[in-house]
Amino acid sequence: MHAVFLAAGIFIFFLMLLTLYRGIHGPLIFDRILGGNMIGTKAMILLLIIGVLHNNLSMFVDIAIAYAMLNFITTLGVTRLFFRKRSISDTAQEDDQ
Amino acid sequence: MIINGIIVFLLYLALVIFATGTAGILRFPDFYSRLHAAGKCDTMAAILALSSIALYHLSENPDLGGVLVALKILLILVFVFISSPTATHAISQAALIIGVEPWGREKK
Amino acid sequence: MTRAVTFFIMLAFWVTLSGMFDVFHLGLGVLCCLFLAFFSSRLLFPEDTLPLRLRQVWGMMLYLPWLMKEIFIASFQVSYLTVSPKMQDLIQPQLIRFRTRLKTPFARVTFAQSITLTPGTITVSVIDDEFTVYALTDKAAQSLPGEMERRIAHALGMD
Repeated sequence: MHAVFLAAGIFIFFLMLLTLYRGIHGPLIFDRILGGNMIGTKAMILLLIIGVLHNNLSMFVDIAIAYAMLNFITTLGVTRLFFRKRSISDTAQEDDQ
Repeated sequence: MIINGIIVFLLYLALVIFATGTAGILRFPDFYSRLHAAGKCDTMAAILALSSIALYHLSENPDLGGVLVALKILLILVFVFISSPTATHAISQAALIIGVEPWGREKK
Repeated sequence: MTRAVTFFIMLAFWVTLSGMFDVFHLGLGVLCCLFLAFFSSRLLFPEDTLPLRLRQVWGMMLYLPWLMKEIFIASFQVSYLTVSPKMQDLIQPQLIRFRTRLKTPFARVTFAQSITLTPGTITVSVIDDEFTVYALTDKAAQSLPGEMERRIAHALGMD
């Protein structure tokens, strides 16, 4: 079982490298946010797999909870920035609620 | 033995869905269709991988500590299930506000 | 009654996250949960809606298996689209708008999340009762709002 989880971890690591292409090269800023979000999800799974490999899952699961919340809040925070950008532009009245 | 088979099957199914999600984010032609790959494939693959890891931990140490760790993984699963579509929705709404046009071969 | 339910939910969270069962930590948890349940049970169940909430939780339990099946189909459909070499001929991306008959914010959020997770559609924007949905194919665009709205209305006890 150890080898199975090791192979899965290495595979997820290479998938993260592929996703990083969209994060670096993405034509829009939203592609970059999306790439970061997907890397965050994969990193959470990778953390749990590392925990299984080290026989210490009870410690890594707490880090994974924190990482999942951080990933979600980062995405929401960055996208909130664009909502605010619109509300100080010319259509401020109809967005105000 | 059969539980190990279930664990490996769930984990590798998750890896296949992760791989196709990554292929989707690299291959789809416009931003909104890339959101499809991210939103659906990532949620499904994360759910499968998390349940596989929880099952493995339960089968390795079936005592109170193991059950608590499995409950925490279940908490992450519920959180991912709620937060992943919300993140997708937030990104797409920000893109709509900025005015990103959807891709189309022929405009009607 | 509302406060007792809040107390037990909080205590379950405390025990799960701390994982210690000696008198000191458990007593600290009980004390914290008592304070929380006494002062802020209205945050979890506003204005005594407890029976309605419990019925909705039961309805969601019945709704979730169907949703899981749809997510499974969705991920395989997206997988098929990404690996097929003629992908650009298979998809017809389009934005569609429609109005929903769901009234409460909770039901609308559930509906938006379900649309995002089911095959071929993601919710782009929700303003009051007007949904803007981005559909990947013509077939997915025609299936909205349809069956899912009916199921959610049934699950949350609003039909």
